[in-house]
Amino acid sequence: MKIAVLMKQTFDTETKISLDAKGQIDSTGVNYVVNPYCEFAVEEALRIKERLGAGEVVVLSIGSEQVESALRTCLAMGADRGVLVNDPALEGGDEYTTAQVLAKALQKEDYDIILAGFQAVDDGSGQVGPRIAELLNIPQVTIVTKLELADGKAVATREIDDGVELIEVPLPALFTAQQGLAEPRYPSMKGIMQSKKKPIDRLTLADLGVSAEGVGANGAKVSIAALSLPAPRQAGKIVGGEPAEAAVELVKLLRTEAKII
Amino acid sequence: MAGVLVFADQKNGKFRQVIFEMLGEGKKIAQHLGEELHAVVVGQGIGDYAGPLGEAGADKVYLIENAQLANYTTDGYSKALADFIKQEQPTVVLIAHNSVGKDLAPALAQKLAAGQASDVIAVEYENGLRFKRPIYAGKAYAHVSFTAGARPMVITVRPKVFESAAIEAGRTASVIAVTTSVSAADIRQIVKDVISKASGRVELTEADIVVSGGRGVKSTDGFKILEDLADVLGAAVGASRAAIDEGWTESQYQVGQTGKVVSPTLYIACGISGAIQHLAGISSSRYIVAINKDPEAEIFKVADYGIVADLFQVLPVLTEEFKKALAQ
Ligand SMILES: Cc1cc2nc3c(=O)[nH]c(=O)nc-3n(C[C@H](O)[C@H](O)[C@H](O)COP(=O)(O)OP(=O)(O)OC[C@H]3O[C@@H](n4cnc5c(N)ncnc54)[C@H](O)[C@@H]3O)c2cc1C
Ligand SMILES: Nc1ncnc2c1ncn2[C@@H]1O[C@H](COP(=O)(O)O)[C@@H](O)[C@H]1O
Repeated sequence: MKIAVLMKQTFDTETKISLDAKGQIDSTGVNYVVNPYCEFAVEEALRIKERLGAGEVVVLSIGSEQVESALRTCLAMGADRGVLVNDPALEGGDEYTTAQVLAKALQKEDYDIILAGFQAVDDGSGQVGPRIAELLNIPQVTIVTKLELADGKAVATREIDDGVELIEVPLPALFTAQQGLAEPRYPSMKGIMQSKKKPIDRLTLADLGVSAEGVGANGAKVSIAALSLPAPRQAGKIVGGEPAEAAVELVKLLRTEAKII
Repeated sequence: MAGVLVFADQKNGKFRQVIFEMLGEGKKIAQHLGEELHAVVVGQGIGDYAGPLGEAGADKVYLIENAQLANYTTDGYSKALADFIKQEQPTVVLIAHNSVGKDLAPALAQKLAAGQASDVIAVEYENGLRFKRPIYAGKAYAHVSFTAGARPMVITVRPKVFESAAIEAGRTASVIAVTTSVSAADIRQIVKDVISKASGRVELTEADIVVSGGRGVKSTDGFKILEDLADVLGAAVGASRAAIDEGWTESQYQVGQTGKVVSPTLYIACGISGAIQHLAGISSSRYIVAINKDPEAEIFKVADYGIVADLFQVLPVLTEEFKKALAQ
């Protein structure tokens, strides 16, 4: 079983977001991590390999050289190797162009299972996985919290608004990971040592046979015209008194002041 | 061809509120573009489902009816809609950002080689069409525009943020049946089972009031006290990740960065400290109430009303008071 995991490096979820003088997201001093949803995907890939006692887990990412640290984290967890697609022509891309390039990188090898995060916690768009499944013409199941494999098929438990549904697809297939799929392990000391020697292939667009015309800002269908920050919320009123008194007062305030009950 | 097309997802002819919200904003987009507002219904036995969509402002309602489309599947719905959209060429396609829409929209957008703006919370008309969407889990907003010629613009719309369409009783849309070539061979997803965990309460992301519990609620029994309050208010129950990790409630109720984003009129946080990842999910609530025994808790920095006390002493009284207030 050969498993590919698509991994995006993102800001740590603790990060407070601010804009710099040019109105761009200020990344000064930001701590970078593996996108949490991609971490679930890596963990699930490792568990599948461990259950079967054989196979290979390859982690692919598009990004700058900075992404190496996130790839090393995945390798320290137990992934076998990394692929980093880094090319200045990818600047200004969107989910559409990202998916095209990742699909090309995936086509270099035959994978039985492709796992992605259901969304990246930075852009929150939840598009890249499904787009790749379309490009590769393989079936997909999104927002998956459980994955069972048997006889060249997978049964994925997919979260829906008021419960779950169980969906069977033939392999190869693509799945996007939701929290609950597999709680990520912490890399062991041994894993961290070993990860330093594991290979990370570096690819450019030329290596993938992709022309710069259709990707990056050239190929993007959408772009961010501006960024803004939400108005900060203000601390309001503390309703004092004994607990029971405070409860009575709160209901009164919600009716007469906020006028919402 | 042109138009603003709303994908009117339905269950047994019932449309979720978000469909009417999309028709409401869709009308404004259509007027801005000088185009019509259209809706498309997909399913089986949907012949007389167009009524409410016409009353809510749709000029045309397309019905894509096929036995293979009785239930939602990624392949079935994305193919049927892609074929239809290639023919009709709407300018904008609006899809709800819920469990069906999140799955459908990117597959559909890719089949159309189209761009997509996900989880849109506002449409801006001043500088051409721009779509405002939260990034970094609501810690910032991106104002997204589509490249010239990139059509259709596929938009997923967050529930509860747009105003519902005005309903004009008796108004009708022209209804157009669309044939589709989707067959069983096109559909690779087999739905083996659907397990409803519906609590009988309103959907978390569609709720007007959310009562949420954290580690301070202490147990599954503790959550019952929250449920009592929720039931009096017709509210949904939510939870922090800590409460989910403890196993006191189901993971589908998690609110926050890696859970659901809610936008209720009133969010009542009980025994929740206010970690940045939790706040990301509630920052667009109109009013936040916090009940926490720690006066230093971060949640009080964003709460409109706070009570510093033991939630087990506050909640039963609160429930009774709301009951009285609502009975008046
Ligand atoms: C990648 C990542 C993603 C995450 N995503 C999410 C997410 O989506 N949603 C989320 O919620 N968290 C998320 N978290 C976790 C988050 O960081 C916090 O750990 C979590 O929100 C804490 O939950 P809590 O407030 O219930 O618990 P705590 O922080 O332990 O707070 C419990 C609070 O209850 C109060 N309390 C205790 N007893 C009582 C009582 N009897 N009466 C009144 N008050 C009482 C305490 O004073 C305290 O403030 C994420 C973390 C990471 C790293
Ligand atoms: N630059 C990237 N490199 C690798 N995988 C990515 C990249 N961007 C997105 N993905 C994958 O697609 C998922 C969803 O991302 P998004 O569509 O941006 O929300 C992520 O969790 C990753 O699995």
